[in-house]
Amino acid sequence: MSSMNMIQALNSAMDVMLGRDDNVVVFGEDVGYFGGVFRATANLQKKYGRTRVFDTPIAEGGIIGTAVGMGAYGLRPVTEIQFADYIYPAFDQLVSEAARLRYRSGGDYWAPLTVRAPCGGGIFGGQTHSQSPESIFTHVCGIKTVMPSNPYDAKGLLIAAIEDDDPVVFFEPKRIYNGPFDGHHDKPLTPWSQHAASEVPEGYYAIPLGKAAVVRAGKEATIVTYGTMVHVCLAAVEASGIDAEVIDLRTLIPLDIDTIVESVKRTGRCAIVHEATRTSGFGAELSSLVQEHCFWHLEAPIERVAGWDTPYPHAFEWEYFPGPARVAQALKNLMEPV
Amino acid sequence: MKPRLELHIPEPACRPGDSVDFSAIRIPPAGGLARPAVDAPASELRDYAYSLIRVLDDEHRAVGDWNPRLTPDRLRSGLRHMLLTRVYDERMVRQQRIGKTSFYIKSTGEEAVAVAQSYALAPDDMLFPSYRQQGLLIARDWSLVDMMCQIFSNTKDRIKGRQLPVMYSVPEVGFFSVSGNLGTQFPQAVGWAMASAYSGDHRIAAGWVGDGTTAEADFHYALTFAAVYRAPVILNVVNNQWAISTFQGMAGGEQTTFAARAVGYGLPAIRVDGNDFLAVYAATQWAAERARHNHGATVIELYTYRAAPHSTSDDPSAYRPENEWKLWPLGDPIERLKQHLIRLGEWSEDQHAALGKELEDQVKQALREAESHGTLSTPPDSPETMFEDVFKQMPPHLQRQLEEFRSLERED
Repeated sequence: MSSMNMIQALNSAMDVMLGRDDNVVVFGEDVGYFGGVFRATANLQKKYGRTRVFDTPIAEGGIIGTAVGMGAYGLRPVTEIQFADYIYPAFDQLVSEAARLRYRSGGDYWAPLTVRAPCGGGIFGGQTHSQSPESIFTHVCGIKTVMPSNPYDAKGLLIAAIEDDDPVVFFEPKRIYNGPFDGHHDKPLTPWSQHAASEVPEGYYAIPLGKAAVVRAGKEATIVTYGTMVHVCLAAVEASGIDAEVIDLRTLIPLDIDTIVESVKRTGRCAIVHEATRTSGFGAELSSLVQEHCFWHLEAPIERVAGWDTPYPHAFEWEYFPGPARVAQALKNLMEPV
Repeated sequence: MKPRLELHIPEPACRPGDSVDFSAIRIPPAGGLARPAVDAPASELRDYAYSLIRVLDDEHRAVGDWNPRLTPDRLRSGLRHMLLTRVYDERMVRQQRIGKTSFYIKSTGEEAVAVAQSYALAPDDMLFPSYRQQGLLIARDWSLVDMMCQIFSNTKDRIKGRQLPVMYSVPEVGFFSVSGNLGTQFPQAVGWAMASAYSGDHRIAAGWVGDGTTAEADFHYALTFAAVYRAPVILNVVNNQWAISTFQGMAGGEQTTFAARAVGYGLPAIRVDGNDFLAVYAATQWAAERARHNHGATVIELYTYRAAPHSTSDDPSAYRPENEWKLWPLGDPIERLKQHLIRLGEWSEDQHAALGKELEDQVKQALREAESHGTLSTPPDSPETMFEDVFKQMPPHLQRQLEEFRSLERED
């Protein structure tokens, strides 16, 4: 065991997989010599050589397009898109190609690639360094979508993603790379070293995709969330005095619907929390599923706390970011439905 | 006084009703170009991007440095595969017309591209085709029955009725799954080639796009990555003059060649008479040898003419003169190879007629067998397979949808 932050845990996952499987190659913009703009691939090129960990031209469509071809050959590419906000030029290759290759070829070919993409706000990243585009990918048949919320999960889920024979878009909330940000931006960040989930095994382990984690057990309400918002929700629950259960989805597709349904049926109340904009966000799918599966158990309308339906603003970071106060308000609404 | 700005919209030389005018097309004589060393740097090869490698002259002789000196048996085999491709195309269009399938795309006039290129590559080199290189499968002697079953989306369709006709996928002969999204296969071919180089393999990759598709971003990605990583890949641009109704000038070909695009990427580019079986073979062989010896990627522009409608959903008489193909200055690839073989004393009109008959019979026989497995009008009986292969293992939400689908069926 070592104490790792998210970056170190992700780095360790790639290190482990590069060591285990010669077919694993890691590439992206600034990923090689420099070790990544967030240091996630630091020292990997030095350890494994330039042909296994390398820099690419600034061309997201080219990165994913070549990765699909490498996958067809038999490699296991682990690619990095520097910011999730810049994944769109690769959208065609992801949606039309990687996601559908197995289906359209009757299983002849597939794309066992992992696409790492730092996502999320809370860092004064403005419009193009803050986005949470996960629902754009959860809507695509054939892609798995993952978002960890702590170092232990980050490593285990990334290893599982790399080993998975389906394409995985792996979103990394950059706000929690260094510590579990709970939305209280006026207080100093607690580093991961003070958090239990920073205890990360140095060797191989995997966390299965499609399994949620109950990070706080509770009886009065259920919060379904993922990524940075897990920590915001935990802080909001503690402040609210409401005994809410907090579910960290970890994987959005495939979705662990059983854990959600079991919890909501028990608590009778559900709030869904994400940073991404509200309309057609993944929360809409979650809300719809909870309504379908738990209708007779619901004692209040489902609450959704999300980013506003605007591009991510720079100056109004904390008016935009769904912080603990908004989550606490949602909990209050659940308990006292109007 | 300042001139008023004018927006230029490219327009082809002739439209329906006009007399065909190919006067702007300059056709250099056959045999005029030297065959450079395969390790020649791209900077020394720039002229090849603006000229045209031709081997068969107007008298149907093979001339010049690029003559690949294929044996008569090999030439006859090439003729057979090209003619088989054409016969197959004709027959499958008829299947669409009588409603046994929904759609078809012919490659008429472009048979030399697929067949000669396939011949010049090793059998285990990987092909990333567009939807108009069915000749690659035919040249690799893939089963016509299997191809037809895909066209019919029947019970033996290896891709289970999921794809539009002609979107073949045949890993057995290194034929990558064809996608409807244009150009995506180009960077994929580069990635496959990078993987082969990474693995210390000996195999190379080849990709194909049309003139129209060169305008897609993936074309740019492919050339950039191919150049940066010296990927062992051949990037083919089949310039058949038309992208559905749009002439090649609209793709940026009005003032330059498509081969010339490669110059700016530092890649060697050669332009070749796409209707000259020998020239296509020789150019591809050169590029393959270059790639195989770690000298990197080559862009080949295959200069040809799309003789057929874009697809069975298209009527070219609405945008181009009907007899353009007949007047195409580079002729018909099958006719030219046939005349070459006759001139060599290795073929005759009688043999050609007999071959045509034999291939018609071969295709008819394959068709009977393929139809015995059903056509689109008698579709496969297991639509439940539509839920499979989205992921390697069916996730819970798809399992639930499959159950829902099954319960719907029971109500019938």
